Amino acid sequence: MLKIDHVTKVFYPGTVNEKLAIDDVSLHIRKGEVVCVIGSNGSGKSTLFNLVSGTYPVTSGKIILDGKDVTSSPEYKRAFIIGRIFQDPTKGTAANMSVEDNMITASRKGMRGLKISLNDKKREEFRELLKPIGLENRLKDNVGLLSGGQRQALTLLMTVLSNPKMILLDEHTAALDPGNAATVMALTQKYISQYKLTAVMVTHNMQFAIEYGNRLIMMDEGQIILDVSGEDKQKLTVEKLVEVFKKIKNKEFASDRGLLAI
Amino acid sequence: MIEGIFVDGLIFSIMVMGVLISYRIMDLADLTCDGTFALGAAVAAVSLKSGMGITVSLLFAFAAGTIGGVVTALIHCRLKVPGLLAGILTMTMLYSVNLRILGGANLPLLNVEKFYTKIPKLLSFLPSEWASLVGTILVALLVKVLFDLFFRMDLGLSIGAMGGNEQVVISQGMNPETLKIIGLGLSNGLIGLSGGLLAQYQGFADANLGTGMAVQGLAAIMIGEFLFSSNKIYLITLRAICGAIIYKALMFFGRKYGYLIGITPNDFKLLTGVLVILSLMIAKARGKASDAGAKKKAIDKAAHQHAEAATGDDNA
Ligand SMILES: Nc1ncnc2c1ncn2[C@@H]1O[C@H](COP(=O)(O)OP(=O)(O)OP(=O)(O)O)[C@@H](O)[C@H]1O
Ligand SMILES: [Mg+2]
Repeated sequence: MLKIDHVTKVFYPGTVNEKLAIDDVSLHIRKGEVVCVIGSNGSGKSTLFNLVSGTYPVTSGKIILDGKDVTSSPEYKRAFIIGRIFQDPTKGTAANMSVEDNMITASRKGMRGLKISLNDKKREEFRELLKPIGLENRLKDNVGLLSGGQRQALTLLMTVLSNPKMILLDEHTAALDPGNAATVMALTQKYISQYKLTAVMVTHNMQFAIEYGNRLIMMDEGQIILDVSGEDKQKLTVEKLVEVFKKIKNKEFASDRGLLAI
Repeated sequence: MIEGIFVDGLIFSIMVMGVLISYRIMDLADLTCDGTFALGAAVAAVSLKSGMGITVSLLFAFAAGTIGGVVTALIHCRLKVPGLLAGILTMTMLYSVNLRILGGANLPLLNVEKFYTKIPKLLSFLPSEWASLVGTILVALLVKVLFDLFFRMDLGLSIGAMGGNEQVVISQGMNPETLKIIGLGLSNGLIGLSGGLLAQYQGFADANLGTGMAVQGLAAIMIGEFLFSSNKIYLITLRAICGAIIYKALMFFGRKYGYLIGITPNDFKLLTGVLVILSLMIAKARGKASDAGAKKKAIDKAAHQHAEAATGDDNA
């Protein structure tokens, strides 16, 4: 599904601000995998997502999406395959438009023409889809009037509406209060299983990362320092993770073999 | 007299709808309009002079404006120049272009058939000023209906979504550059059309016709927004049209009675600017108030839902 091949990203190369954000990362994510990504602040998680989505160009390396080399294709073209949800709930919706207008805009990918797709039949469909998130009576309200949690839930719904093959979630519940965060997370899990999505999710909650999904990746200083899946992942505990992280940080265990034999 | 204000206001309202696209729908301050307004006037005047007919002259005015808008969009997107600067560049270049087209600073339209000589003939049962008004209403209405229709179409909605949040359209696999080209093209097309009509109404085209248009358009939009608030496109255009007419009426009475308080037409640009600043200040105060209101509403609603959920749990 997604192949990241020796990708490196340097911000402001050749200046005093030069910053190696992604350091020769290779990663292969298969169709249907649900991957949790953890790592401390500034370790490069968001940057990796930005490189995969095409927000920034890579400094070197290749990105293969769904079998196609997309390294030099613009963000909007990659969006045909990728659905993306940001930490900031205002990023996924247009605040100046109504819920129904947002949904009709999100209902498919690609350039639009002179058709009026929004009709009563669509409205009814939207109402049904909005019921689980309690927004079925807010179709005509501007999205700007919704709370952060409602907006994020709507973003999630809009993202799955246009059938992406893969979704990238970057701490998408971090800006919400605990109640809303739990609701949005439950909804996320529901959609991922319902639409059989390939998903990569950045989270700061280690316990969650261990319990959810079938693969866990830890990043540090622009590198992937841990990549476990299957049974190995099931055997993980937060204590073990912290221990591994500390060991790696102290460079006591530098070899890959050591990392994998948890 | 009163008909004159309405004709003037309605012609102006077409240009205001153009500014509405860039400033409100796309959230992009576009100053191209000062140039494209005069461009529309110049192109319409020259077309009429060379005997191309009224409809063709207006279509050309629209097309010329559209090209102006597309140039700004291309400068903005391809060279990654801020929209404001791109607009100023095009506007400045258009000043010379307009002088070339007109073959001088101005071009009188004497002895040629124009919209405002043809309409009174067609509607000869009406006094000519009223016939002009009817004709202008029809044109403005046609523009408004097409405008509303376009912004309910998928393409129009996407342009609106881009204005609210560019990431949304990128995430849907649309190239924002294409949407900007279309949006600014249409916006300036309407502005050119408005210029083309005005030239036919006042009987001449002038290279300076567009000076200060951007700010005047903003003033009209803001006056309109005081009338009522709505997120429905047909009401948004309606209030922009009302704002345009009110603005022209204010200017008319300013010209007529302004001397009583020592105001001359030379002061109008200053007054228009002050009007825009006042509108911005009031809108800001209002926005704060309504934000607070909306927040309270949302909190109440959430509390209500929690209460409902709680009773629901009890029942279960
Ligand atoms: N646009 C940018 N320009 C310059 N430097 C950047 C940019 N984006 C990220 N960086 C730098 O790259 C490094 C990785 O940042 P990134 O945002 O990817 O971290 P992260 O793992 O997402 O952290 P967090 O958990 O705080 O979100 C940081 O040192 C950051 O300062
Ligand atoms: Mg981040």
